[in-house]
Amino acid sequence: MSTMHAPVTLTIDGRPITVSEGTTIWEAARQLGIDIPVLCHDPRLPPVAVCRVCAVEVKGARVAQAACIRRVEAGMEVRTHTDQLTRVRRMLVELLLADHPIPCAKHEKNRDCALELLGEQYGLLPVSSGERERTRAAAPAPHQSRGRLHDRGGTIRVRPRVLEDGHDLSSPVIAVDHHACILCDRCIRGCDEIQNNEVIGRTGKGAQTRIGFDLNLPMGQSTCVSCGECAAVCPTGALMHKPLTIDVPLSETKAVDSVCPYCGVGCAITYHVKDNTIVQVSGRESPVNHGRLCVKGRYGFDYALHPQRLTVPLIRRAEFYPKGPLSKDVRGEDGRWQRKPGGIVDYAEVLPAFREASWEEALDLVASRLKQIKDRYGPGALAGFGSAKCSNEEAYLFQKLVRAVFGTNNVDHCTRLCHASSVAALQETIGSGAVSNVFADIQYADVAIVIGSNTTENHPVAATFFKQAAKRGTTLIVIDPRRPALADHAHYYISYKPGTDVAFLNGLMHVIIAEGLIDADFIARRTENFAALQETVKHYTPEVVEKLTGVPAEQVRTIARVYGRAKNAMIFWGMGISQHTTGTDNARCLISLCLMTGNIGRPGTGLHPLRGQNNVQGASDSGLIPMVYTDYQRVDTPQVREKFEKAWGVALDPKPGLTVVEITHGALHGTIKGMYMMGENPFLSDPNINKVRKALANLEFLVVQDIFLTETAEFADVILPAASFPEKEGTYTNTDRRVQIGRKAIDPPGQARPDWQIICEIATRMGYPMHYHSPEEIFRELVSLSPNLAGLSYAKLGTSGELWPCPDPHAPGQSVLFTDSFPKGKGKFVPAEFMPAKELPDAEFPFVLNTGRVLEHWHTGTMTRRAKALDAIEPEPFVEIHPEDLSTLGLQDGDWVRVSSRRGTIVLKVRSGNRTQKGSVFIPFHFREAAANLLTLDELDPYGKIPEFKFCAVKVEKVREQEDLAAASAA
Amino acid sequence: MAVQFSQETYRQFEEVLTHYPTKRAALLPTFWLAQEEFGYLSPEVMEYIAQLLDLSPAYVAAVASFYTMFDKEPKGKFHLQVCTNLSCTLVGAQQIVECLEQKLGIKLGETTPDGKFSLSEVECLGSCGTAPVLQLNTGDYYENLTPERVTQLVEELAKQA
Repeated sequence: MSTMHAPVTLTIDGRPITVSEGTTIWEAARQLGIDIPVLCHDPRLPPVAVCRVCAVEVKGARVAQAACIRRVEAGMEVRTHTDQLTRVRRMLVELLLADHPIPCAKHEKNRDCALELLGEQYGLLPVSSGERERTRAAAPAPHQSRGRLHDRGGTIRVRPRVLEDGHDLSSPVIAVDHHACILCDRCIRGCDEIQNNEVIGRTGKGAQTRIGFDLNLPMGQSTCVSCGECAAVCPTGALMHKPLTIDVPLSETKAVDSVCPYCGVGCAITYHVKDNTIVQVSGRESPVNHGRLCVKGRYGFDYALHPQRLTVPLIRRAEFYPKGPLSKDVRGEDGRWQRKPGGIVDYAEVLPAFREASWEEALDLVASRLKQIKDRYGPGALAGFGSAKCSNEEAYLFQKLVRAVFGTNNVDHCTRLCHASSVAALQETIGSGAVSNVFADIQYADVAIVIGSNTTENHPVAATFFKQAAKRGTTLIVIDPRRPALADHAHYYISYKPGTDVAFLNGLMHVIIAEGLIDADFIARRTENFAALQETVKHYTPEVVEKLTGVPAEQVRTIARVYGRAKNAMIFWGMGISQHTTGTDNARCLISLCLMTGNIGRPGTGLHPLRGQNNVQGASDSGLIPMVYTDYQRVDTPQVREKFEKAWGVALDPKPGLTVVEITHGALHGTIKGMYMMGENPFLSDPNINKVRKALANLEFLVVQDIFLTETAEFADVILPAASFPEKEGTYTNTDRRVQIGRKAIDPPGQARPDWQIICEIATRMGYPMHYHSPEEIFRELVSLSPNLAGLSYAKLGTSGELWPCPDPHAPGQSVLFTDSFPKGKGKFVPAEFMPAKELPDAEFPFVLNTGRVLEHWHTGTMTRRAKALDAIEPEPFVEIHPEDLSTLGLQDGDWVRVSSRRGTIVLKVRSGNRTQKGSVFIPFHFREAAANLLTLDELDPYGKIPEFKFCAVKVEKVREQEDLAAASAA
Repeated sequence: MAVQFSQETYRQFEEVLTHYPTKRAALLPTFWLAQEEFGYLSPEVMEYIAQLLDLSPAYVAAVASFYTMFDKEPKGKFHLQVCTNLSCTLVGAQQIVECLEQKLGIKLGETTPDGKFSLSEVECLGSCGTAPVLQLNTGDYYENLTPERVTQLVEELAKQA
């Protein structure tokens, strides 16, 4: 929605141009193809005009004007290149060069220091030839040249800035050289205005001025979150990305446009590649991220190049049967803890149990064993876990394999552990599980609720837009028992007792109804069952809610009024809502809140469950769900099944299959005999993993397909080496429903193959020939069977993807859904009563355990713990405990503690943190050596079948250093 | 919270807030209150002020470091602030500085080990007619300085301490 601006006509260097009001001279000149030099300006940043090299002459003006900031005016006559301007610019550049190392690190490496390029242009520096080696030899060593400038054959002397130590290498990802800094403010604005982190400032005055981090700390000790935006906008060598793989100039690399492999935001990136190695990742302009990235996206790419990548198919040796865990720490008895440094699977312990095999042998073995199980026990004894990390094409083929070849609907993936409850509620109430509005719509919202989402760590780039919106006038309400960093930017922050979400949300609805803030017209026209909801929430007066949740009654009223009175209000939620046994109820309440106020169908309104994995939306769209084929078409609807039977040429099972946790239970009880695991690692990701271990060991046949040896692979009969994200092509669908193409940047190592090719091979060997030439061909088949994807093609997706639904192939996809109606017609209110969590704290287990993620790591850490920078920033597991609870327990920050639940025990270090409530503890689930999911409860939400990851009872005990740690090292 | 305003100072702080349209604008007067209460603007104090005014620590540090009159480290009981701006320098501010450095055994920017004296160089004190000039703490000016006069001053102050 662009605001209309009046056109303004002016002339630049004698050439007329018409631009909209508010355009700067610099931008107008750029449109004419006139290049005005800049140092401090970057089109993504608000202009500040501190460097002045963009000086231009405006007729009638007393002095030269800064083109980057001066707005155009009608009839303005601008001259951009005159002798006078050249003298001005030359002088400015000369002064800046006076204390700039020549060459600075950026110029030495890439020859693209903006200042030195201008110096060369104005004859202040010898122009180096294109060849890097010669430049390096010709240029004086850094610092020797400081204070001396080449000038008309002579030299001038300027007193250099005095900086005692200008080098700061404390950050794992960014090298700071204050000597090369020209104080252009780009990094400060990048940090403040683009990423909204506000870590960088200027300190000192006069010649001593330099950029500073927080209270002028070394960068690595500051609150910097290593997003790298400052280094991306820095025009000189002051802030440089440290090389993570090979150190070569970008000019020698090949650029491959792709998307980020981590979270559901789906940022557009460019891989810079040389010699089959990713050298660097940059943010790319797209409607999703506008060039922004977070630490994982920018610096977490080197996992693909890790020497531990699987490169050959592996078959378990005969002497390692009967199957069991291979790692020492996993072999420990139930409930016993061991501590092991390093975290990731110890190859030396696991690999000897396997022998290398040819693809032929491995694939034949997989096909024959799976077929054998099917023949002996029936199709229902087989199951498959796909992955939300794989592409749409791979998800589609995987579920096709399980359904058409295995003959069962026992196919699921990690969506079950993430938004299954949200989707169940959305399907039931409005008939579509996808988001109604894209996340960037927050800029049009008067009020936004972010509930149960630690957005700055889990969807960091989306969070930058939330923070920006809050700054620009959207009233931001953050609701979460554990205070997320986003709360620092919120107008209201509400914390309640864990697990009382339904009570609080019912309280909001009670007030909204009681105070007449509902949209009666919308309720009448577009919804049903409102009376039932009214009946239920009647009892949830703010006073009752205060007793249940701990939120003061007056606060309940305030939030209800702020949301209820908003013209346009939007709701975002994450795992804090969905990962409960009441997950579906939680989501139902949010949907009711939205429906009763008519906040849907317009920009800046609606419901947005923030998707976790990069392709969890797409994997679900592609049918990687036990009850539905692609596009949520139910397997138990006869017409639908007929359509797929016809398309796939086989009879299909009419019975919905088992979900993730049900399949694990099936394996444990012997009903599931054989499994195909593509890119999933339930060993760490699923609740109560002691049980998962037993279940996996119990399988007759398990094939694991992955890029590394995972915890799960220890239990495998066959391990197949897959290509990683940058090694293959495919489409991925982000949280906004935007389908984007991930392009192949490098070749897979050794014999590793793309997942889609492996699936085809297995299907073919099991008697169902499956042949595709490219992912694009698979995508066409997927689209042909999925009404909501109609209109999409690789050509249409282009470089920045396309939103589904996209009914008109000549227009963009729809960013706002349900403008006139819902897929199921009328939206349905489904009331929910508050129910306490399944396992409440008691005298023996007095704390509530909450699990989640940290910024630097991804799920089970398979990728991020092998990314050097990410592992360096956050190398070890921890349990976060409120400082008051710490002192009650007689603990100090950094102590080792034992955390136990009824299901298991782990040992890890304690971190004092007041983000966690008193009486609660928080443990990230990424870390194998202290796996949070040894503790969690595998109770399921009855509708979404999602486990209770966010609530179980635990106790915390201090580890007696001597005996316990000795026991650990002995084990 | 490690540092916190006393009740009385907090009351003054709240009063200061009413003078300005935004919290940010109250930063300099808040620095004065803090310097008065805590002696100098330590990192903890700057963090505290950042929280009070909803500013980033980086911004608070940036402003604090710009103004020489806000102390970022503890100062001695007697803080001798010598103007070395143009007028004072023309009539011998350098000699005044050298004399003080010698007498006190410290360099510009330092504090004597006994915590009695700090010596700083400051920008124009607005008294060019009586140059060279120094200011003691935030109070009196000592004008038309000569090496003898400052030697005498230091001796007098040493006795008071």
